[in-house]
Amino acid sequence: MTTLPAQTDKKLGLVIDLDTCVGCHACVISCKGWNTENYGAPLSDQNAYGADNSGTFLNRVHSFEVQPQAPDAAAQLIHFPKSCLHCEDAPCVTVCPTGASYKRVEDGIVLVNESDCIGCGLCAWACPYGARELDQAEDVMKKCTLCVDRIYNENLPEEDRQPACVRTCPAGARHFGDLGDPDSDVSQLVAERGGMDLMPEQGTKPVNKYLPPRPKDAMPEFDVLAPFLEPVAQEPKGFLGWLDKTLEKL
Amino acid sequence: MHPAPSVIFFTVFSGLGFGLLTWLGLGYPAVTGWTAFAFFAIAYAMAVGGLLSSTFHLGRPERAIKAFTQWRSSWLSREAWCAVGALVAMGLYGAGLVFLGERYSLLGLIGAALSMATVFTTSMIYTQLKTIPRWNMPVTPVKFLSLSLAGGALLSGQVTAALVLLVIAGAVQLLTWSMGDKALAASGTDMASATGLGGIGKVRAFEPPHTGTNYLLREFVHQIGRKHSQKLRIISLVLMVALPVILLALPFSHFLALLAVVSHVAGVLTARWLFFAEAEHVVGLYYGKR
Repeated sequence: MTTLPAQTDKKLGLVIDLDTCVGCHACVISCKGWNTENYGAPLSDQNAYGADNSGTFLNRVHSFEVQPQAPDAAAQLIHFPKSCLHCEDAPCVTVCPTGASYKRVEDGIVLVNESDCIGCGLCAWACPYGARELDQAEDVMKKCTLCVDRIYNENLPEEDRQPACVRTCPAGARHFGDLGDPDSDVSQLVAERGGMDLMPEQGTKPVNKYLPPRPKDAMPEFDVLAPFLEPVAQEPKGFLGWLDKTLEKL
Repeated sequence: MHPAPSVIFFTVFSGLGFGLLTWLGLGYPAVTGWTAFAFFAIAYAMAVGGLLSSTFHLGRPERAIKAFTQWRSSWLSREAWCAVGALVAMGLYGAGLVFLGERYSLLGLIGAALSMATVFTTSMIYTQLKTIPRWNMPVTPVKFLSLSLAGGALLSGQVTAALVLLVIAGAVQLLTWSMGDKALAASGTDMASATGLGGIGKVRAFEPPHTGTNYLLREFVHQIGRKHSQKLRIISLVLMVALPVILLALPFSHFLALLAVVSHVAGVLTARWLFFAEAEHVVGLYYGKR
């Protein structure tokens, strides 16, 4: 049923630290690696070795340049991983005509039952985050499952029972947990670091949170003598001065 | 948005077909026998042809029957029910007119109401999307309904009604363009809110996730058509409204009426192409595009 549950027992999701992410794309690769051979249809590539290649990914890392307002502030480069935010008010679920898209009552994960998907693409149209991609080989909608086939999988060692992207992140920029429990590690991290929603005005109430980059330190004055030194002469004198004037006249 | 031919064809011809069915259901023109058969054949060819065309947009059309299940929440599912309801009601009503020479007025009224409900539900599929501010406006269903009624009046030979409704539909179309041009800015969604980084400073897309293109860019970021949008708007309005109105205002002849229909359909196709091509999906902001 594509009506949304009034509330879910848990709100499993990710917390992504934009201060820590180094933009290595390891989460992109581990996501594709796990999900192409587990839950549902594989994540196909088209013309993978040609000039015009493209493929299905459930997680993509953008990079943004942010120029602070202060006049001489250096631009900041921020790597920005983006996958399904498992929204509480998920517009992708309610638009689905077949009931293929649903939000689980027990943990809030948004999933697609691929055998019911007609590939109309309307859920991807309804998602503001670009979290859903229609696989070009299978013609069904693919999206992040929060590695539902890892997190409850008792055949895996306990440390592997978390989403592939979280498990693989070498910088520790990705965290997984229950954001519905205010005492969970992820909830405390969000409270401490001022975790934010993406596009809050869209009214989707995302479960995943992003931790904003910490403020940059101000550059200290390294040399105590520097203020006393004469500035380097800007106007050339002597022979160079004559040469400069002569060349200007030509 | 990518202007997919299947969806343009679907919305234009199902709008015209159900518009014609609405007029036939109301008893305009009051035809029976083989004349009625000809009118109903045209209406069904357009409505059913349009609906069939929409299945070409599906990745898995063989499962399309499942789209009837989620009418409680999904406008696409509601559209499926309204379309089937309208086609069944109007089929029975039409059979009465063609084969029995009987007019079951109540059935016609129900069929007409369901036909308009089909056009309304189609328009709501687009209107409901907050991700596309240009469509997410109450005027969007008004545009689809006014165009469908005007096109139906034109096809059913209701000259006076067609003249009035074409002018109204043209005015609504102009309104959607002027409101739509401001919609994205008014929605409050921009790169700052998309990334949450606006508090630090001005956000610029530095590197996309991949060097190649992807489904999201192909489906949602279509910028080619916008280059000529002003010219195309004028062309579509002339073909859709101005020319048919002039042709209808001349002394009536079947040839001029046919020309008016052809011009109207060409104009609506152009306007509908623009409807998709001009629509900006907010996901484009993550790529620094509109």
